[in-house]
Amino acid sequence: MEKLNLFQKVWRNHTVGTLENGQTQLFVGRHLIHEVTSPQAFGMLKEKGLPVRYPERTFATVDHIVPTDEISEPYSDPLADAMIKELRRNCEETGITFFDVSSGMQGIVHVVGPEQGLTQPGMTIACGDSHTSTHGAFGAIAFGVGTSQVRDLLATQTLALSPLKVRRIEVNGSLPPGVYAKDVILHIIRKLGVNGGTGFAYEYAGEVFDNFSMEERMTACNMSIEGGARVGYVNPDAKTFEYLHGRPYCPKGSDWDTAINTWESLASDVGCDYDDVVFLNASEISPTVTWGINPAQAISVEENIPDPSQLFGSEASSATEALEYMKLQAGSPVKGTPIDVAFIGSCTNGRLSDLEEVATRLNGRKVREGVKAIVVPGSQIVSQLAEQKGLDSIFKSAGFEWRRAGCSMCLAMNPDKLLGDQLCASSSNRNFKGRQGSPTGRTMLMSPLMVAAAAISGEIADSREIFPS
Amino acid sequence: MSLEKITCITGQAIHVPGDDIDTDRIIPARFMKCVTFDGLGEYLFYDVRHDGEGNRTDHALNDPQFSNASIMLSGMNFGCGSSREHAPQSLYRAGFRAIIAGNFAEIFFGNSINLGMPCVTVNEPDRMKLAEMIENDPQHEVKIDLINNLILIGDASYAFEIREGARESLINGKWDPIDELLGNGSKIENVASLLSYS
Ligand code: SF4
Repeated sequence: MEKLNLFQKVWRNHTVGTLENGQTQLFVGRHLIHEVTSPQAFGMLKEKGLPVRYPERTFATVDHIVPTDEISEPYSDPLADAMIKELRRNCEETGITFFDVSSGMQGIVHVVGPEQGLTQPGMTIACGDSHTSTHGAFGAIAFGVGTSQVRDLLATQTLALSPLKVRRIEVNGSLPPGVYAKDVILHIIRKLGVNGGTGFAYEYAGEVFDNFSMEERMTACNMSIEGGARVGYVNPDAKTFEYLHGRPYCPKGSDWDTAINTWESLASDVGCDYDDVVFLNASEISPTVTWGINPAQAISVEENIPDPSQLFGSEASSATEALEYMKLQAGSPVKGTPIDVAFIGSCTNGRLSDLEEVATRLNGRKVREGVKAIVVPGSQIVSQLAEQKGLDSIFKSAGFEWRRAGCSMCLAMNPDKLLGDQLCASSSNRNFKGRQGSPTGRTMLMSPLMVAAAAISGEIADSREIFPS
Repeated sequence: MSLEKITCITGQAIHVPGDDIDTDRIIPARFMKCVTFDGLGEYLFYDVRHDGEGNRTDHALNDPQFSNASIMLSGMNFGCGSSREHAPQSLYRAGFRAIIAGNFAEIFFGNSINLGMPCVTVNEPDRMKLAEMIENDPQHEVKIDLINNLILIGDASYAFEIREGARESLINGKWDPIDELLGNGSKIENVASLLSYS
């Protein structure tokens, strides 16, 4: 029998046909929408007089614009208020399930999908959001789309797409203490570049990914797009099934057993072909921080900030531009860089295990005076579970603000923003210029524990020194 | 509905140098608080076109000599970052009809083609020559010929690349796939019914 990888199998199962321009018409089994990239699509649909073809396959939540300190409407920002109302109305009119703020199930779309069991192995999943790759942690082929494609999905549940090549990235060995999934994906991006993944789906594998929890796999898959790969996935295994078992939208009873059989059969076949294979060694990875304005501009916390004069070509000019923007000194240690804000949250690192890892390590330590530190759970359910475990009080007594669920300072479309050139130690995924709401604001990406270490020290610090195990 | 066959884009060009120009740079997130794409053109590259006080900087996009530009020339990995269609929409609504770059982030590329805005790839030495010509004489007419995969400027011509499927959809007026997708209704139902999940 022909040996195939998961991407090829899932693609084949969802292919409707070949379009005139040679692209594939691909069926998308699950469509997730949020308030920023869907209203225009509903508008286009109305303009064309088209109905939503499979409303039961689309699920909505609100995440980008929700304030995290108040939930009563109307929001003080009239634009944000208009956006949530528009989404609510569109869902009501078309029969789409909406995890509204009042549902207790609202949150960042990439946290909500897996949490509800909407994300399952072997599915095709699309959302008007580039971090849809997160859902690949379950062995789904999941990718971000633009708004015109959201329209195509609402109208036909299909997309015109070109197939991707598949690069297997095997990370073997064991991770040193204090090294997290975030460090692994930052390391991968650093090694392969911010556009190294263009045209590829990344299949993550090896001992490190086998040992990762589902939430760690999500953190890594989440940032595939930061490496240019629109899709990133891990083959489904017992951990995947265990995580999904009993979730609201997962198969039940005997359907569950059938589903497991199907899911197992979709994993990449042993000995199948890949377009490329990369091997990385886990022992080389350390707690990582970014120093620049794209996620590949990252170093180990023990390293010095790169000197552009030691770099070549476009890497040198990007580094110069980055250091100028970041106001950092070439050649000096990254450790000790003063910070103003600490942000723990986002679809990369706003899940229960992220919050738990930090809370259990805080041990009475306090946020340094002058640092604004906020924790924003990825969803209302994460928030509720964390509160049941008392994590909120641990954070609060350490000097962190405990907020309500949403994207918050990951992209600052809500009131949580950097001011002026504040520097933020952030567990999010993008350090682009102006990303956190101030045109001159500065972002350094790192794992949640490294964010906490920075919050406590008031400067970039090595979490292994701040929180000795 | 028949769409325009996009075979050739002609106009003035502007050089916006830099690699990895991301979608947050093209359109900062705070301007995405909208329920339509109307008016996005105004916010194109807002944070590099304005200083902290909202005054205009000396960015090329603020230079009146380039105010009619409809073709943008930039570096590697243009449009990386988010999947926001707001980025190509803001370019389109600011009057841009084609982008020339070293290469493009995938989602940005697809979103742009869906709008009928070709994104063509040119190697670095040729991009440098193009940039020089444009900067020396902003009035230069640049022609992107999608039939012959050539950029024509003055007496010079430069080859470009574009994914063949995308080129074909542009020149055949099929760049918006919605009608073709809708046309396969029964095949769609068939695939849906064979899936192991609903
Ligand atoms: S948390 Fe950040 S990256 Fe994730 S969906 Fe929200 S804005 Fe996008």
